[in-house]
Amino acid sequence: MNCCAIGPTLDMATLFAGDLAPWVTPGPGGSHELELVVPGLESAEAMVLIEHELESLDGVETARVNLNRKRLSVTWRDPGFNPNVITEKLRDCGFVSRPFDPSDSGFKTDDAESRTLLKAVAVAGFAAANIMLLSVSVWSGAEGATRDLFHWISAAIALPTVAYAGRPFFRSAARALSAGQFNMDVPISLAVCLAALMSLYETLNHGEVAYFDASVTLLFFLLTGRLLDHLMRARARSAVSGLLSLASSSAMVVSENGTSQVIAATGLKPGMKMLVAAGERFAADGTVATGMSEIDRSLVTGESNPEPVACGAEVHAGMLNLTGPLVVSVSAVGQDTFLAEIIRLMAMAEQNGSRFVRLADRLARIYSPAVHILAGLTLAGWLIATHGDWHSSLMAAIAVLIITCPCALGLAVPAVQTVASGVLFRHGVMVRDGAALEKLSAIDTIVFDKTGTLTRGQLRLVDDPGLSPGDLALAAGLGQASRHPLSRAICEAARVRGIVPLPLSCVAEFPGLGLSGRYGGNEIKLGSRRWCGVAVDTTHGMPEFFLARPDVPPVHFAFEDDMRPDAAETIAALAARGIGVEILSGDCEPAVRLAAARLGVGRWQASAMPQDKLKHVEALQKAGHKVLMVGDGLNDAPALAAGYTSMAPSQASDVGRMAADTVFLGENLNSVLVARDIATATQRISLQNFALAVGYNVLAVPLAMLGYASPLIAAVAMSTSSIIVIANSLRLGLLFRRVPVAPRPMTRQSTPLQLKRRLA
Amino acid sequence: MTILLFLIPVALALGAIGLAAFMWSLRSGQYDDLDGAASRILIEEDRPKPPRPKG
Repeated sequence: MNCCAIGPTLDMATLFAGDLAPWVTPGPGGSHELELVVPGLESAEAMVLIEHELESLDGVETARVNLNRKRLSVTWRDPGFNPNVITEKLRDCGFVSRPFDPSDSGFKTDDAESRTLLKAVAVAGFAAANIMLLSVSVWSGAEGATRDLFHWISAAIALPTVAYAGRPFFRSAARALSAGQFNMDVPISLAVCLAALMSLYETLNHGEVAYFDASVTLLFFLLTGRLLDHLMRARARSAVSGLLSLASSSAMVVSENGTSQVIAATGLKPGMKMLVAAGERFAADGTVATGMSEIDRSLVTGESNPEPVACGAEVHAGMLNLTGPLVVSVSAVGQDTFLAEIIRLMAMAEQNGSRFVRLADRLARIYSPAVHILAGLTLAGWLIATHGDWHSSLMAAIAVLIITCPCALGLAVPAVQTVASGVLFRHGVMVRDGAALEKLSAIDTIVFDKTGTLTRGQLRLVDDPGLSPGDLALAAGLGQASRHPLSRAICEAARVRGIVPLPLSCVAEFPGLGLSGRYGGNEIKLGSRRWCGVAVDTTHGMPEFFLARPDVPPVHFAFEDDMRPDAAETIAALAARGIGVEILSGDCEPAVRLAAARLGVGRWQASAMPQDKLKHVEALQKAGHKVLMVGDGLNDAPALAAGYTSMAPSQASDVGRMAADTVFLGENLNSVLVARDIATATQRISLQNFALAVGYNVLAVPLAMLGYASPLIAAVAMSTSSIIVIANSLRLGLLFRRVPVAPRPMTRQSTPLQLKRRLA
Repeated sequence: MTILLFLIPVALALGAIGLAAFMWSLRSGQYDDLDGAASRILIEEDRPKPPRPKG
């Protein structure tokens, strides 16, 4: 293989190279526990395989997979057990893993909150069912002492329930009011509390009408809506953070006396020397101290062409070292890095962007005051009509509040968005929250990054009729020995064409230059112009390799970054929907021009710096466009943050992925189109739901204002409108039922099923 | 109407049992991994049941 490797090489598959000991927690009964995130965990086979393999390890007591959260929990008793064995075993099985840190990314609060909501739903459901049982008896004619008894029992159930299950609404309403605003929770809290208190008053006075059932049923439906909304966000969050890699979060530091040690990237200090093996990403900015190699900067700058580096060259955190090991002298950490600069730009972009107000909140701003005015008018009207009968006037006013309580409205949006996120999930698109869906439906311009977004970020050999199979076989024979993307592209091209690489002897790789080997007594060279002795020509700009032999003119291999297979159709389909498409790339002009011409995109810009991208997106927004930014790199992150909304492929840089509202898996650009279409349908159905809910109010409110809204009418109206809204939301699932086979994320691992067979 | 004195407590008790059962299942982690539980039932493997994960 690589004959120039110095020092230890780290395997790329270990995303987390550091020691696992800090993550081990004491389990029950003196055992030790380690929790790991395994992003590749997707099927039942993988679950069985992992549990089985780990439990067969010496010392491991239990291994339990959580398929929903893609987490693995392993326990053992022996204090001498080395937990690193677990990650090694996982790697052997083809899975990458990293320790799970519950304190990061808000998992703990997420879990706690959904638990609280679920408990509240259960309590409200129990109370609603039992009170309804009693209420039906009252409505069917219970009288006198029996009715009083039923009311008292209802009160005994309803009041604690309201106090317990209503807390999420009361808290939010109090927050809104103290900020001087109205949200949907203000009329909700008011209606629930007033209904309970008025019913208690009626019960004390042996009254006929009690609204305990309405108050609790309202809570039940509204809590269901809130729980759906919450679960959707929690799922998206765990899916996105499962993709986060810690590829460059640790670094191997070489000390003066030659010993090396793996430390966390946060512990790096300027002046330290770090060893970066071929295939690793740089953990910090720095300059090359020793070694020669080529680096792939596509995630950082968008350039697709690998660049040779030698002593003194500057490298940035996030770039990928390709061919030879490098010793890098760390120059900047923390606030001074290129990454920190990008994060500053992102913060600026977020400040400049206007705050988005969600559909439900926009409606609440009109709805809440309207409801309170209606109730006030009812009270005033009744006082005048009955010459000051406070009791019946208040009853009518409270009935208006109960009837108008936005029960169906509270479900209208969460129900559709939950269905939508499920449908999108099956299509391999993960949406951060409901707001992202709403924004996605409104876009009119899409700005694409090129490298890694429109393209796969993988170089492919250009078809050239002048290229003979013999040359290719010879080049592939040499290229087999290298990790360089161009060598790999040559091997891949040979494989596709069914050409068997020729066996060469004495193959050696010279980082930054190329490869050499012997075949049939001749020295064969594969690599750059300089390496093969071809005159330098800088006008070209596209990645290229040469194959040199004695007595034969060098053979030219040209490469291009492969388009995603459906890029052209997707862009045509987007244009057909009236959406403007632009390309904004950090790559050199010829590459971008070629891509734009091939995709039929008229507006494009090459060699854009992160600042340029940010400015361009902001200018488009100022001109009144709603921009969807699609990009993957660190250099796209500020533009992603500035866009009206944003998308990133799952292979994007961590920063890019965190900045994006939506992440798509798989190789197809089609996801962008699908996401936009589903978002549009979601928005349409949300509006329909609103119309249904408001229509119900238009019918029911006059009844309540005239004093005809009995608890029975309120209960029937409320339940029907909620059920209609939920049924309408489920329609979305039917609209997009014909789902292609869910695209799987591009990973380098073999499928767990194959592995299982192999291991069996 | 004395039958009410039995039936109402019985009805409420049944409801309360249901609620308590749900709370117990929630607390014992039965809703933590719905996908996993759905697939585990299909696994044909004779392994001792792993101990319940802590709440």
